[in-house]
Amino acid sequence: MTGEEISKAVEKIAVQIINKNKNIKDLVFIGIVTRGVHLATRIINEIKKLKKLGLPLGMLDITFYRDDVDSIGKQPLAKETKIDFDINDKKVILVDDVLFTGRSIRAALDEIMDFGRPNSVELVVLIDRGHRELPVYAEYVGKTVKTNYSDKVHVHLKEIDKTDRVVLVSKKSSR
Amino acid sequence: MRLKNKDLLGLEYLSKEEIELILKTAVPFKELFTRSIKKVPTLRGKTVVLLFYEPSTRTRISFELAAKRLSADTVNISASGSSVEKGESLIDTGKTLEAMKADFVVIRHSMSGASHVLARNINPSVINAGDGSHEHPTQGLLDIFTINEKKGTVKGLKVVIIGDIAHSRVARSNIWGLTKLGAEVVVCGPSTLIPRDIEKTGAKVCYNLDFALKNADVVNVLRIQLERQKTKRLPSLREYNLLFGMTKEKLKLAKPDVIIMHPGPMNRGIEITSNVADGAQSVIDEQVTNGIAVRMAVLYLLAGGKSSPES
Amino acid sequence: MDILIKNGRVIDPVNKIDRVTGVLISEDRIVKIGNLSEVKTSGEKPKIIDAKNKVVIPGIIDIHTHLREPGHEEEETIATGTRSAAVGGVTSIFCMPNTHPVIDNQTAVEFILLKAKNEGIVNVFPVGAITKGLSGEDLTEIGELKKAGVVSISDDGNPVMDALVMRRALEYAKMFDLSVIAHCEDKNLSEDGVMNESYTSTLLGLRGIPNESEDVMVARDIILSALTGGHLHIAHVSTKGSVELIRQAKRNKIPVSCEACPHHFTLTDEMVKTYDTNTKVNPPLRTEEDVREIIKGLQDGTIDCIASDHAPHTEEEKNKEYDLAPFGIVGLETLLPLTITYLVKTKKLSLMAAITKLTSNPKKIFKLDSGTLTPGSKADITIIDINVERVIKDFVSKSKNSPFLGKKLQGFAVMTIVNGKIIMDNGKILSD
Repeated sequence: MTGEEISKAVEKIAVQIINKNKNIKDLVFIGIVTRGVHLATRIINEIKKLKKLGLPLGMLDITFYRDDVDSIGKQPLAKETKIDFDINDKKVILVDDVLFTGRSIRAALDEIMDFGRPNSVELVVLIDRGHRELPVYAEYVGKTVKTNYSDKVHVHLKEIDKTDRVVLVSKKSSR
Repeated sequence: MRLKNKDLLGLEYLSKEEIELILKTAVPFKELFTRSIKKVPTLRGKTVVLLFYEPSTRTRISFELAAKRLSADTVNISASGSSVEKGESLIDTGKTLEAMKADFVVIRHSMSGASHVLARNINPSVINAGDGSHEHPTQGLLDIFTINEKKGTVKGLKVVIIGDIAHSRVARSNIWGLTKLGAEVVVCGPSTLIPRDIEKTGAKVCYNLDFALKNADVVNVLRIQLERQKTKRLPSLREYNLLFGMTKEKLKLAKPDVIIMHPGPMNRGIEITSNVADGAQSVIDEQVTNGIAVRMAVLYLLAGGKSSPES
Repeated sequence: MDILIKNGRVIDPVNKIDRVTGVLISEDRIVKIGNLSEVKTSGEKPKIIDAKNKVVIPGIIDIHTHLREPGHEEEETIATGTRSAAVGGVTSIFCMPNTHPVIDNQTAVEFILLKAKNEGIVNVFPVGAITKGLSGEDLTEIGELKKAGVVSISDDGNPVMDALVMRRALEYAKMFDLSVIAHCEDKNLSEDGVMNESYTSTLLGLRGIPNESEDVMVARDIILSALTGGHLHIAHVSTKGSVELIRQAKRNKIPVSCEACPHHFTLTDEMVKTYDTNTKVNPPLRTEEDVREIIKGLQDGTIDCIASDHAPHTEEEKNKEYDLAPFGIVGLETLLPLTITYLVKTKKLSLMAAITKLTSNPKKIFKLDSGTLTPGSKADITIIDINVERVIKDFVSKSKNSPFLGKKLQGFAVMTIVNGKIIMDNGKILSD
């Protein structure tokens, strides 16, 4: 996926969100650190352009909610979680870069529930690469890609990686 | 980056990088305390046993809260009212806990090296919560975390530790951690309570409180441990108070932005006056809060990577 | 039966012999040192032992062991302790009186000697107590003890803290020509210490025993020996200060002798860092500087003897908190290899000097029959291979508490002969 394709995808998602939500003022965005937050920022900016309206953004680090704490060899360093608005009775738009097994989203949902009781939660992802292990569904998808389980999908974003692009790295499948 | 050993027995055995990792990991845990739900599911299903051979309020509760906020299950064992009273040995007690599939054993013991003995004999991660006059690593870590938070760094600061250095595990852990991170450590106390060759750790020794306090960024006041003095090393507490008691007047000798720490429990009126302990420069309450975050970080980091080697 | 040991390098410090030759034994006595051709046997053909490339020495005398019987037979017995000695090439052992009950009366001495005769396989020389119950207060009936068979008196394990009691002990023992073996330690200065007082003890938070707690007592006892003229033997010298004090005392012709233990010339207190209780001994492991001075003392003759301070303790007693574990390590089976590995192989001591400290010096100080190959003496002989290397894996002793487990050492006994009888051949006990 090129930088241009990523921009197109973000625009598309922003339009879809606007079309689907009449009370757009009730929306709050929560990005999963790190790239989910940047994608969410881009979507919010896009909506701002179209609707002249700023929406709140929170960031969520799911490290403490993972289900593989003692099997990943080393512990990831947790980054900041910052949700400085009330999510009760709000419609949460959860943003992540890649949707794979669904386990990260499960962790994110658990963590969001510990912050309050939103009216609903919808999921935005830039890439859906399949291989779901949990019943998780993304309402808004930038691009669906067919992958092998052992493949790696790397999302690069300007904000941290200098360039916008998505790369699929194939490995010999072990599954 | 990860911790090298399955156990945390002392700061002597940690590298600078490992200490920094723990401090960094503790930051997001502290952030959790601002949420209404302070608990995360990270260590769900893990069992943390708190094996306390010595009375303790602060450390035991801090570890218990740390474990509970990580959703681990905790079990408390104290020397009285357990098989320890029937003469069961430390190793046998440890083996029993291992057989019950404890994941962590947090041990407090009156004898130096007790945590080593336990760690050598059982598989669960052993965390030293204070062994005799040896080390109290999580106290050292929380002290350093607090200094870091208040001062932005530890490097280059002058940290004065006052009191019974000879019997203090808190002093030893602080000295190891602080010198590894580049602080200047001065220990100050009666000459009979300064242990032999302590300067070899890198700490400086000073018998004069006024002199020690000059330019101090941090003052860590230790508890006079009356129960650890088998033979009298002090003529009287009155004289100790006169020579080494931390008062408002003495505090003026340090830097204006000095912070005051104390590992607790305090003997108010002996090593520290109330107006210092409760004064604006005191961070004693924050030490307690930070203790939980640091202990959560330690539990979290030790939980990782035990079942798979290197990934 | 007669035994002829031939082709070995025979070392006998008393007769200043160090050459390849033969040793003939008849019954329980040494008959002759010389080549086979010169040796005439009394009719019956002797059993020939080829000691080619081996060293034949007088049986080793370990003047400091604890056999634990009576009282702590779970740690060691006279039967197991003497077997441990035999494997270590030790043919005579002194056993300290801190048993339960204490060897402070004639009956207790007789018990040890009877047990040793019936169940032991090497010579056992009991050491009697200086004071009743090792209390440091009232003298034992030293005359009776001597008559019953003690070779010396000592309150080992406990120092005699009262200087007057020590004075009287030296004075009184002199009358019976007995030397007093002193465990030199000022208990007040030791203050319940469990290791050497040093930077290491500071780091570990363990209570320290300063060098001075030994030095002060060594000085006191030397002064009392000078006062009384009683012979003083200082056990397990561990500090630089002690060595210097003893060196000076000897120069002043005060009747003082002393011993050092292998762990005090091989290990330092840094070993304690892991809280391994097999490093817990009294006197404690000291520093590099002390180790150097002990070796110097061995070299210049200040230190007369090398003894093991064999102190067996069970696994149950030792595997616990450092403060709670008892002092002591086993040593009978490592006495010779540690001496060879750390002193002889490193050229710090000649083989002759090392053998002197293991045989003829103990003989001289305590006036024993064994300890030489002089014809007519008791046939106690050890044959050693000073080149064989072995990793220490297990002990014949009932207890296994040793910091040398897993260490590779050089120079082991291959045969032990006691009273003209081969009791150990290549690590195997033959009398069982």
